[in-house]
Amino acid sequence: MIGSHEMPAAHPPVSPEQAKAQDNRVLGFWIFLSGECAFFASLIGTYLSLDTHTVGTVTLASLIDLPLTGLMTLSLLSSSLTMVFAFLAMNKGELQAMKIWLWVTALLGAIFLDLQIFEFTHYMASGFTMGSSASASAFFALVGFHGLHVAFGLFWIISLLVYSFKDGITPANTSKVWIAGLYWHFVDVVWVIIFTVVYLMQKVH
Amino acid sequence: MAAIAEVVGTEPRRHSQSYLMGWLTTADHKRIGIMYLLAATFFFAVGGLEALMIRIQLSSPGNTFVTPALYDQLFTMHGTTMIFLAVMPLFIGFINCIVPLQIGARDVAFPRLNALSLWLFVLGGILLNSSWFLGGAPNAGWFNYAPISLTPFNPGPGIDFYDIGLQLAGIGTLMTGVNFIATIINMRAPGMSLMRMPLFTWTTFITSVLILFAFPPFTVNLFLLMFDRLMGANFFNIAKGGNVLLWQHLFWIFGHPEVYILILPAFGIISEVIATFSRKTLFGYDSMVLATIAIGFLAFTVWVHHMFVDGFGPYVNSLFAITTMAIAVPTGVKIFNWIFTMWGGKIKFTTAMLFATGFIPLFVIGGISGVMLAMAPADFQYNDSYFVVAHLHYVLIGGSLMGVLAGAYYWFPKITGRLLNETLGKWHFWLLMIGFNVTFFPMHFLGLLGMPRRVATYSAAMGQAVAFWNLVATIGAFILAISFLFFFYNLFKTLRSGEQAGPDPWDARALEWAISSPAPVYNFAKTPLVRGRDAWWVEKTEGDGHLRSAEPEADPHEEHAHHGIHMPTGSIYPFLIALGLMIAGYGAIFGLLLLVAIGLVLAFFSIHRMIVDEDPGEIVQPVGGDGE
Repeated sequence: MIGSHEMPAAHPPVSPEQAKAQDNRVLGFWIFLSGECAFFASLIGTYLSLDTHTVGTVTLASLIDLPLTGLMTLSLLSSSLTMVFAFLAMNKGELQAMKIWLWVTALLGAIFLDLQIFEFTHYMASGFTMGSSASASAFFALVGFHGLHVAFGLFWIISLLVYSFKDGITPANTSKVWIAGLYWHFVDVVWVIIFTVVYLMQKVH
Repeated sequence: MAAIAEVVGTEPRRHSQSYLMGWLTTADHKRIGIMYLLAATFFFAVGGLEALMIRIQLSSPGNTFVTPALYDQLFTMHGTTMIFLAVMPLFIGFINCIVPLQIGARDVAFPRLNALSLWLFVLGGILLNSSWFLGGAPNAGWFNYAPISLTPFNPGPGIDFYDIGLQLAGIGTLMTGVNFIATIINMRAPGMSLMRMPLFTWTTFITSVLILFAFPPFTVNLFLLMFDRLMGANFFNIAKGGNVLLWQHLFWIFGHPEVYILILPAFGIISEVIATFSRKTLFGYDSMVLATIAIGFLAFTVWVHHMFVDGFGPYVNSLFAITTMAIAVPTGVKIFNWIFTMWGGKIKFTTAMLFATGFIPLFVIGGISGVMLAMAPADFQYNDSYFVVAHLHYVLIGGSLMGVLAGAYYWFPKITGRLLNETLGKWHFWLLMIGFNVTFFPMHFLGLLGMPRRVATYSAAMGQAVAFWNLVATIGAFILAISFLFFFYNLFKTLRSGEQAGPDPWDARALEWAISSPAPVYNFAKTPLVRGRDAWWVEKTEGDGHLRSAEPEADPHEEHAHHGIHMPTGSIYPFLIALGLMIAGYGAIFGLLLLVAIGLVLAFFSIHRMIVDEDPGEIVQPVGGDGE
């Protein structure tokens, strides 16, 4: 499902220019995501090179609450599943079902963000701030940029929901939902890496 | 711009728009390319004036033409401007103007994203250069090493201008990379298989891949520096556990591919020009393509050669010395292929061909000094001396800029419809060759005599030789500057009263020469059918001198052809996104949160419009029988 790019069959044939534009969009977005990989690779590399540099200040290991992060992981991973349900509904031409699943996806993303804000506030109140050590700076840069990606994804999905389905499901807005979905899954995969490298590894040390 | 618009027949078809709005909203790759070329030429002139001030200061020992503080800003802005705002966007300008034509496309894959790239570059460049008037320009060198770029050592706003200006321009460049990869993969005309693509299209493709993977580390690095300077983070602050080598690694993981981003398009241009004016197909096309790919790959494996003196030890340094020297192999393949292309050809020394042939010896000199620098033990001697300055100018002027100028004389008629004056062009070439070598060859000696880079002056006690060669270099710099006066006069004169070029003034080989000059807004009236490498040459020599149409007569979509050509329309939102981010950038630099908020609201509103708007496109009626 995720690897294929099928337009719903229920629609009239599109002009060659439109078909090409949609094709370009999906290809272009895959290309963009490979650049995003380099972006997060740089941030993860930065984190790995600095994560032990706490210079005697509060360490991340002393603060991490795995059940909370587990809940965040659960909400974000489920949101990928609901995004897939939205695709399935879209491919069947079921507008209302698709919209509901997209709203559920956005809601789960919002829960993730809310928990992350709670987490960051708690850390900062405990003296683990951007300025406390290089280790903390690297943590906030990596996890914060991921959070910003989630926030942008929310902005994107809600923008589409509110403005893009006035004429029902059309070939043009299908490819828009498709790439928004690609983005959402990508952000999810990055979280899996962050959860492993940042959170689980702290418990291994 | 007015003079250019008169001769460039790519006006939008909508009459409701004003002239200015037409340019601000355009999504036409040809007009975007022209704006890239104009803005980059302006920044090139600014960077050139900075270079002249540097050379005046260094013309005699102990000179006081500029203060050391101003000197630091001059060399920093000279390097930063020339790399990010002049040479790279000049190439992107040519790529925009030419690559869609070479592959037989109507536009790029993402016309509006292309406009966003342009405006991020232009406004980022303006933001960076406005630092001269708003508290001082950046002064930590183009590679802006920590810790000298950190607040304790650099409290003024200059570094913030560097950081945010390059962030904007860099995101624009990244989008260009995405756009041209998608364009070249997806927008080729039928028959234009990968191994039939002109070399300029190939090098654009590989350059775009380099951009895609090299710019994100730079983006991250700039963010980390911004957090350190503006938000009290500690990535590079050793007292709080930071690591200054982190900046160097992330910078050069970007920076080394960046210098190949600056040379690969030149390789492409040289390949086009030499083949055209030798009247032969490019020698060793397949090996040229493979060499380009090999250089692109190796570009990511050599970054530590910029950091040999950091003390990683002999094993690490040897590894990176070997990968660096390995790059000489595919580069050498290219040099020989160009020479063999000329061998036995009917060579015609137009100005474009002069620049292309001049490129070869100059780039070889730069390549040889590059291999000398790659030898890690020897590099300890050359490091931070004028020998490095000589090397990098031989590859960046002798290589990249010669490529830009070959491309300028070659494609100017395609872009504007007029031929640059050949006599003035030859004056330009010969003065440039003399001025360039007189300026930069002595810098090899200066480096070996121990003159350090980036120091505002030198002592007379360094000896007469140092003073003498510095004076020679300064005289050379003025000859170089005069050569460009010929070029600018030539541009001005040609746009006013130049000779009409016609579609194919050089009897050239690639598809862009099959259509009128300048190209019509839709490029090809009918999508062409490509029947071989050197697609246009094949039609001229083996066909009937007209492009075959790839659109069959009795096609079910034929009604489209009759009803005109579907073209993308422009949009103001790309400009507004870039403007919003620029305003937010000024807000961040001066700590004005309200300005940040206003800028971000404008940017996000515009991004939102870009997400939800569907470009309806417009139907353009072809004129005449081009491309049939």
